[in-house]
Amino acid sequence: MAQELIATRQAFGEELTAIMKEHNEVVALTADLGESLRMLKIRDEMPNRFFDTGVAEANMVGMAAGLSIAGFIPFAGTFGVFMTRAFDHIRVQICQNNLQAVMVGSHGGVSNALDGASAHALEDIAYMRALPNMTVLFPSDANQMRGAVRTLLKHKGPTYLRMYREPTPVFSDPKRPFEIGKAYIEKEGIDISIIATGPQVAFALEAAEQLKKDGINAEVINVSTIQPLDVQVIAHSATKTGKVLTVEDHSINGGLGSAVAEALGENAPTPMRRIGVRQFGESGKYHDLIAKLGIDSAGIRKVAKDFLQTK
Amino acid sequence: MNTAELQDVARRLRFDAIDAIYRAQSGHPGSSLSTMEMLVALYIGGVLKHDPKNPQSDDRDYFLLSNGHACPGWYAVLAEAGYFPKNELQKLRQLDAAAQGHPHRGSLPGVEISSGSLGQGLSVGIGIAAGLKLAGKTSHVYVMMSDGEQQEGSTWEAIMSAPKFGLTNLIAIVDKNKFQIDGATEDVMPGLDPLADKYRAFNWDVQEIDGHQFEEIFSALTKAQRADKPAVIISHTSRGKGVSFMENSDHWHAGAITDEQFATAKKDLGV
Repeated sequence: MAQELIATRQAFGEELTAIMKEHNEVVALTADLGESLRMLKIRDEMPNRFFDTGVAEANMVGMAAGLSIAGFIPFAGTFGVFMTRAFDHIRVQICQNNLQAVMVGSHGGVSNALDGASAHALEDIAYMRALPNMTVLFPSDANQMRGAVRTLLKHKGPTYLRMYREPTPVFSDPKRPFEIGKAYIEKEGIDISIIATGPQVAFALEAAEQLKKDGINAEVINVSTIQPLDVQVIAHSATKTGKVLTVEDHSINGGLGSAVAEALGENAPTPMRRIGVRQFGESGKYHDLIAKLGIDSAGIRKVAKDFLQTK
Repeated sequence: MNTAELQDVARRLRFDAIDAIYRAQSGHPGSSLSTMEMLVALYIGGVLKHDPKNPQSDDRDYFLLSNGHACPGWYAVLAEAGYFPKNELQKLRQLDAAAQGHPHRGSLPGVEISSGSLGQGLSVGIGIAAGLKLAGKTSHVYVMMSDGEQQEGSTWEAIMSAPKFGLTNLIAIVDKNKFQIDGATEDVMPGLDPLADKYRAFNWDVQEIDGHQFEEIFSALTKAQRADKPAVIISHTSRGKGVSFMENSDHWHAGAITDEQFATAKKDLGV
């Protein structure tokens, strides 16, 4: 059965537009990337609640803080890679002030593949999860993204919501509520725990399917909340399988793999391998690029097999 | 309160700020002293719509101290206005004290935002002003900035955007005391002046005043409230105003005050 492919940024734009029609307290901001973040319907239909600061990310974040203080719920979006431009504003005005505000980082990882290294967001999870009060979400597909946007209406603190440019498989149950802080076991298994975040969860599920041919029964865990991490589910799975493989479209330093290693180191030390990006990216078609970087299903299958053969 | 009475309040509060910095053996006296008349006019002189006993009141004006290092002076004014007891100020910078070295939202009543990292307050003020406008409220947002802070690129992102959003409820105040950490602003980064022309070029309503004269301050604030675009008051002041060895000295951005210096400051401030 062919899976439907939808980019999580598309689901985000549609869902945000829908909730803004229902909730007058929600406002949208962007720094000249309204089209890319699928916000233009908001601009055209609700112009008084849409703030485009031009190419000025720091001002966008500062304004989002102000709108939150004035009683609104801001969703402020740009490319994840450009959130670095506003990091100090996010740190002080969003996180130290501890405001309800959603920083939306689109084109996460190398999903803006063709634009090359300067457009790849590969460090955002690392620096966002270092911030006190910050919740870090990376929904794995369009269904989870819609659930996350809705759930965030009730989440009182700061959030970083990471999303993807490239259309990726829609696999999760649309009826399953999105819970912040919960890791979801998407497939049970006993030989290895493959722990992934974002659209890489779909690739991990594909890899798990192929690994059956290698006689390997992999468990696949969807970490759509990287901070706070669901240590209980992860530690339980790690203890059961005895081998943990993390997968992310992010730098190998400071992202999901690091978060899982930290949690397991303190709670259930387990042999680990980490799949992620170890260098700056480069231009190329998305599927070619993730294959070269080893963050696709073939790459996951290969590392999982190697790992299980290691004594 | 008449001008003479406000001047006397400013004198007393200058001492409260210096006293707190002396007790802490750390802090920023220069801009605590240069901003004093403006802060007294706003909080004590009846300009701000505010209720110290109900700091979150729905119809309040907002004041943001973007140059957060000036907070000892601001805390002294907030205490005088009744937001918290004066002994909170006297615990400035001590462990577990509410009076943080730079403002921290939630630590003291009346502190709307955290600040200390320069170049952020104006953007936040623009966001609050946009929100008030959206909510149909008539309150104003006042954002105090330093002149050194005008060197931050993000300040100019904010300056450029305020007219776009039609924020007639936004009043920026630049405390132009002409000094920053490394020396005179014109030595550290020549080109800040003519600052008024720069704001005009960005389509702001601009006034320049002597920031130590209450008549000029009240007149400018009243005009700014009625402006048909975002308004800025460039408030020319002296860093360290009122304390002889600090006034216009190039090394009193921050520092510890000795016993001897404290005695001189007391004398200068008539305490």
